[in-house]
Amino acid sequence: MTGERQLLSGDEAVALAALHAGVRLGTGYPGTPSTEILETFDQLGGHAQWSPNEKVALEVGLGAAFGGARTLVTMKHVGLNVAADPLFTAAYTDIEGGLIVVSADDPGLASSQNEQDNRHYARAAALPMLEPVDSQQAYDFTWLGFEISERWKIPVILRLTTRVCHAKTVVHPRAAASNIPEPSFQRNIQARVMIPAYAKPAHQRLRQKLVEIAAWNDAEGPIRLDTGRANLGIVATGIAAVHAREAAPKASQLTIGLTYPLPLGRIRTFATGVDRLVAIEEGDPILADALRAAGIPVECKPEMYRFGELNVARVRRILAGDISPEPVPPKGKPPELCQGCSHRGVFEVLRDLGCIVAGDIGCYTLGVLPPFSAMDTCVCMGASIGVGLGLRQVLPEAQARRVVSVIGDSTFVHSGITGLAEMVYNPPATGHVVLILDNGTTAMTGQQEHPGTGRSLDHSPTGKISFEALGRAMGVQNVHVVNAQDKEPSFQDLIVSLLAKSETSLVIARQPCVLAAPKIRVYEKAAAERISPANCAADGVEP
Amino acid sequence: MKVKNIVIAGLGGQGVLKASDILADAAFRAGFDVKKSELHGMSQRGGSVSSDVRYGDQVLSPMVPPGEADVLVVLEETQVEINRPTLRAGGVLIGPDLLDPAALKNRKSLNVALLGAASTVLEIPHEHWLAALHANLAEKLHTLNEQSFAHGRAAALARSSAE
Ligand SMILES: Cc1ncc(C[n+]2csc(CCOP(=O)(O)OP(=O)(O)O)c2C)c(N)n1
Ligand code: SF4
Repeated sequence: MTGERQLLSGDEAVALAALHAGVRLGTGYPGTPSTEILETFDQLGGHAQWSPNEKVALEVGLGAAFGGARTLVTMKHVGLNVAADPLFTAAYTDIEGGLIVVSADDPGLASSQNEQDNRHYARAAALPMLEPVDSQQAYDFTWLGFEISERWKIPVILRLTTRVCHAKTVVHPRAAASNIPEPSFQRNIQARVMIPAYAKPAHQRLRQKLVEIAAWNDAEGPIRLDTGRANLGIVATGIAAVHAREAAPKASQLTIGLTYPLPLGRIRTFATGVDRLVAIEEGDPILADALRAAGIPVECKPEMYRFGELNVARVRRILAGDISPEPVPPKGKPPELCQGCSHRGVFEVLRDLGCIVAGDIGCYTLGVLPPFSAMDTCVCMGASIGVGLGLRQVLPEAQARRVVSVIGDSTFVHSGITGLAEMVYNPPATGHVVLILDNGTTAMTGQQEHPGTGRSLDHSPTGKISFEALGRAMGVQNVHVVNAQDKEPSFQDLIVSLLAKSETSLVIARQPCVLAAPKIRVYEKAAAERISPANCAADGVEP
Repeated sequence: MKVKNIVIAGLGGQGVLKASDILADAAFRAGFDVKKSELHGMSQRGGSVSSDVRYGDQVLSPMVPPGEADVLVVLEETQVEINRPTLRAGGVLIGPDLLDPAALKNRKSLNVALLGAASTVLEIPHEHWLAALHANLAEKLHTLNEQSFAHGRAAALARSSAE
């Protein structure tokens, strides 16, 4: 794959670079628009695994990096909230193998519950951040990220956005790395055991690393200068940089690749050479604020451009100072649950029973739309259980008895198990009903495996968590496994009876996602063939 | 060459993204700089989908600015009006009404048939279209899709000579 020009998405480019740079392990949790990175890395022959959630993925990745391996950890922007705990303290440690944490942000909320700007994390956790503008840079910055990470023994955040992840652009790959050192554990207690006595100096070391990286960024960092007219200077980051080049091709432009810590010297010099300096960045005005704090006079985009994606037209408006209302694009057809989707029957029942539904994130969130309109809350993965319990704790009994928590199978493993512990530990007076919609896949993000499917990222068989056994072991009083299509007794009758009890209940509605079902049958068949007696015998005789 | 802007639109499951992959690949094989971009993630559930393909000597933004598409290909009648604003004045609209549904061997290859129609206004040599079709579709679908491509191309040529 080396050398020849290729047309790749940003996600594919990161995966290819990871392979070429000798990454030993890729971990992550699915989330649009990051999912294809690990899937591609696996298809290219890399070792990739889905973790139950992003926190675990980062911890596994950190362990691999402590062990001296180049490691890639991927997630969508909100995943970094889940992984924030290890992230902030990993920043204090000295890692051995390069560690890149990919944060795939979603300005404009193409497929997310918020449009948070994860550039804040670089500053908050004090970690270097690289922001490519296209697939070529996604490829190059993955390499560069490992170099920075190993030189300063620090994790590096590679921040992508939807249009970088999913846009396909031309990439010229380089030769794969040779002589990557083999992983091997070197004890370094003071750099890796963050008790206060060691963490205090580690914090100082971290700040010193950032000073050095900023100086390096000024001297030889990935900065692109397009020299144009002096009457307009643009300082830009990420995908916004290419919109800006197109919107104002005659302007002078400085495009920053390592956006934290900033190359303030270079920017200051650039600023003095132009009559007017405008910061073009998607999301929050982080670059503009940082430059102003450094005393560099810069124009910040008007507040209305904080929201949504930028594009060429919007950058033209920013440069013209246009704050008139923007044309509203015509509304397309909203998505809906597939015909035959197993979630449909569940939401029909919850609607008909007038339940107060604490919902969660996945395909089934579409239960909020007509004809169901059967979801009352949706915040973040796993929140259905806690929010449902909170409602049960305070509502008058007649209302409390109608509260149900609804959560998908992948979401349950991701962050529902601790919610179940809360239910057992602090049961509301009216009890509670948690419904796991177990369709045997992570459907929302394109049908990935998870620990409840019993198959790994590459769909080969592995250990499997039984939700019913888990619920019983945790002490939930009633545990039922059903199919929402069942007639005798009906799913509806079961829910009615459980709502009437003042006990804790877990109902697992199990029926495969109709889009995933054919593939699941293929995987199951392949697994059955693998363990058939004939194959065992063959395995036995072959060397 | 000045950048050529194409938008392909339809509903999830119709093969909009496959069509834009084939187009981008064909332009790539023809030696152009190419960028292709779309929002996907929930498209399997029947919602509106559209994909932008741009090619030329140098492409900057991966998104076609509103009102600047040279060609708009739409796979579903209901999606024509909502996508029309992306087309520039004098741009070419290729809609599903170009083809008699009965004449297509398989409705699923409508995406490729409309690409065939679009090929009449795009400067990509035929050999690259063929190579892109082969690279992006399973082998057992090659013949069917080559026929659909030729069918769409013939329909577009017939219409333009009638006009
Ligand atoms: C912290 C976090 N990580 C990842 C995502 C992306 N995401 C949304 S829902 C979901 C899982 C959906 O799977 P499941 O719960 O099984 O429901 P299904 O879509 O199969 O109905 C994922 C990975 C997210 N929103 N938040
Ligand atoms: S992809 Fe699967 S879970 Fe999602 S709506 Fe379709 S059938 Fe339902």
